[in-house]
Amino acid sequence: MSNKLRALKAEMPAANPIIIDDEKCIACNKCVEICQVDLFVPGAEKGESPLVLYPGECWYCGNCVVVCPVEGAITLRHPLMNQARWVAKSDLLKKNK
Amino acid sequence: MNENSWPYPLEYDKEETISCEVLVLGGGIAGCMAAIAAARDGKEVVLVEKGATKMSGAGGSGCDHWESAATNPCSKVTPEELTQSMMDDNDGYNNGISHYIECREGWDCMLDIEKMGGKIRDTGDEFKGAEFRDDDSKLMFAYDYENRFTLRIWGSTFKPAMYKELKRLGVKIYDRIMVTSLLTAKNGDEIQCIGATGMHTRTGKFFVFKSKSSIMCMSRPARIWLFSAELPGLAEFRPTQCIGDGHAMGWRAGAEFTMMEKSVGAEFSAAGRSYPPYGAGNNHNTWYAASMIDATGKEIPYADRDGNILKTVSERFKPAKGQKYFMKGGNIDDANYEIDGPETLSLDKFEHGTYKIPLYADLSTLPEAERKVIWGMMIGEEGKTKVPIYQNYTRAGFDPEKHVLQCYGTGWRSGQFLPQERQLFGLPGGFMNDWQLQSNIKGLFVAGDALYASNCYGHAAATGYYAGRHAAKYAADAEMKEPSISQIENEKKRIFAPLKNNPAKSIGWKELNMGIAKTMQNYCGDVKHDELLDIGLTVLKEYEEDILSQTFAYNPHELTRLLEVFDILTNAQIILLASKARKNNSKSLCFTKAGSADEKTSEKKLIILKNEEGEIKQRELPVDFFGDLQENYEKHNTDYLKTNSHVE
Repeated sequence: MSNKLRALKAEMPAANPIIIDDEKCIACNKCVEICQVDLFVPGAEKGESPLVLYPGECWYCGNCVVVCPVEGAITLRHPLMNQARWVAKSDLLKKNK
Repeated sequence: MNENSWPYPLEYDKEETISCEVLVLGGGIAGCMAAIAAARDGKEVVLVEKGATKMSGAGGSGCDHWESAATNPCSKVTPEELTQSMMDDNDGYNNGISHYIECREGWDCMLDIEKMGGKIRDTGDEFKGAEFRDDDSKLMFAYDYENRFTLRIWGSTFKPAMYKELKRLGVKIYDRIMVTSLLTAKNGDEIQCIGATGMHTRTGKFFVFKSKSSIMCMSRPARIWLFSAELPGLAEFRPTQCIGDGHAMGWRAGAEFTMMEKSVGAEFSAAGRSYPPYGAGNNHNTWYAASMIDATGKEIPYADRDGNILKTVSERFKPAKGQKYFMKGGNIDDANYEIDGPETLSLDKFEHGTYKIPLYADLSTLPEAERKVIWGMMIGEEGKTKVPIYQNYTRAGFDPEKHVLQCYGTGWRSGQFLPQERQLFGLPGGFMNDWQLQSNIKGLFVAGDALYASNCYGHAAATGYYAGRHAAKYAADAEMKEPSISQIENEKKRIFAPLKNNPAKSIGWKELNMGIAKTMQNYCGDVKHDELLDIGLTVLKEYEEDILSQTFAYNPHELTRLLEVFDILTNAQIILLASKARKNNSKSLCFTKAGSADEKTSEKKLIILKNEEGEIKQRELPVDFFGDLQENYEKHNTDYLKTNSHVE
């Protein structure tokens, strides 16, 4: 497949659960090895960050973040529709007055 | 990604045979404890796990409380009382044997896991003096603070500790292998389990495991009614890869199943209508007993089982006047009066206009220790709350002293589902067992969520250890048998067939799962009709005969997902057959059949089904077939009672 056709096939997933910061990632592949769903694959070249190959299969357990040795190299993000709302209680009470 | 760029070697044509005395199928909580027990008995143990054993299974990433540890030093209830309550609460439709094991040995397991390195006590004195803490033992309790049989635990430390113990004991762990079938041999009328087959989920390599005894420790069926092609990982409560492979291979091998007609209205599907578990406002389970307020900040009062309004937070953790103990706060499962705990007044009891929606969970007015134990300890240790809830909400500015979290449904459901959206939850069906936790297939023992009417961490751990002991004992007298070549060759043909198809024309795992889920929603919804169940069976039979041969998978990972859906197809068929077999309505089984009467007490029977080479065989047993719990337990566990502990 040519690069042009490959770009044509690209499609944004319904969620991007695992965001890897390539600057921080040391390519240790600990996330690849702990993921129970096995949704990562190691980077193609040595030293390259893992690839989130099957983002839709993520269960959002956070094990990849827990085992990651570099703070902030992996962020777990629930899809928009699952981001619950909270409010300051004082705002509710103010409205009540 | 095409075949050329797949990062792992492709080994579909390779095969490896491994022999052991005791084979453990599934390395979750039950599987780890089973392997530990068998290894301590001196057996050569192999454990096969689809994920990575260190943090695999439904409880792999954590657990915040351990139920029914009736023999812990602070408990004021006996295992007999507690098991009887569990039976009564479900009108008898519960696994008396496995829950008695949970009540009787759960605390032994916890002490054992503590020795392995798991944290079960507040050793840092963070909650010193709190009402839920015993300051001598530093144990912390949930729900009923007077009777103290449910413990708050630091469950994220458990699985890595068990993993270390497995290594120390020399258990051979095979990670990333999906078990695909049980190997059986016939001995007269008896079927024996003599091993299993598996496939590496990255390379596609085929494995034959030969053993003297085996322990089924896989999860319960999932994605039967609920599926999302975009977010399949969020379709159910349990992990993506835990879909009940064990049930399906057990059925194909001739194992007996019961209570498979039981399903509940969906409660958890964050791919659809609900929010991440414990991530939206609620006051159950991990969040018990958070205060609930309405949109004007007015608190919804808690009441005891008699409707008496409770004035203090402390009273939310105490039995009602005249009540010996309560099981769980809140009537989420419509608990019987005897064991019903405190709960906020239900919305239908609200005087019109008294409270304004939406409701919010409010930790700000709780005593500090209660707030911190919910937000911090429990939200943090529960299965998947540490990162996505506790860390992410905190980073985004959530402060439990100031903020209140919005509710989206009633109670812990955090979403409203359609009636045809169902789930196996709350003591669903599974493998039938005897007092050894052995199935009708000789040499096949069963633990954890694979058992009928199973639930929770403590149940998985205790039944795992118990099944491990009994499987080890069985192996001591059993002979290793050579599996039949045709069985192995047929299995290889079955699992690798999809690789040969043309992707441009074929059906993938998601399309197949969607088809099954819609079929089940159409023909096996909240009210069962015999005519519709028949159509459902016809459709699924057509899938089996015509569609499976048209499926395709690009690589071993996708093939694993596809084989899981093959198993989902089998599980859906068991559910349809079991739904046909039950004639009357049963409240405890959440089972309604059009035009049927409610079952009478005398009709309460376990319907037990098996597949005998394509023919469905049915038998019935009284729900309390297991006899006197204490007497039978002691009869079958004399060795264990002599030492009465896990570790010498």
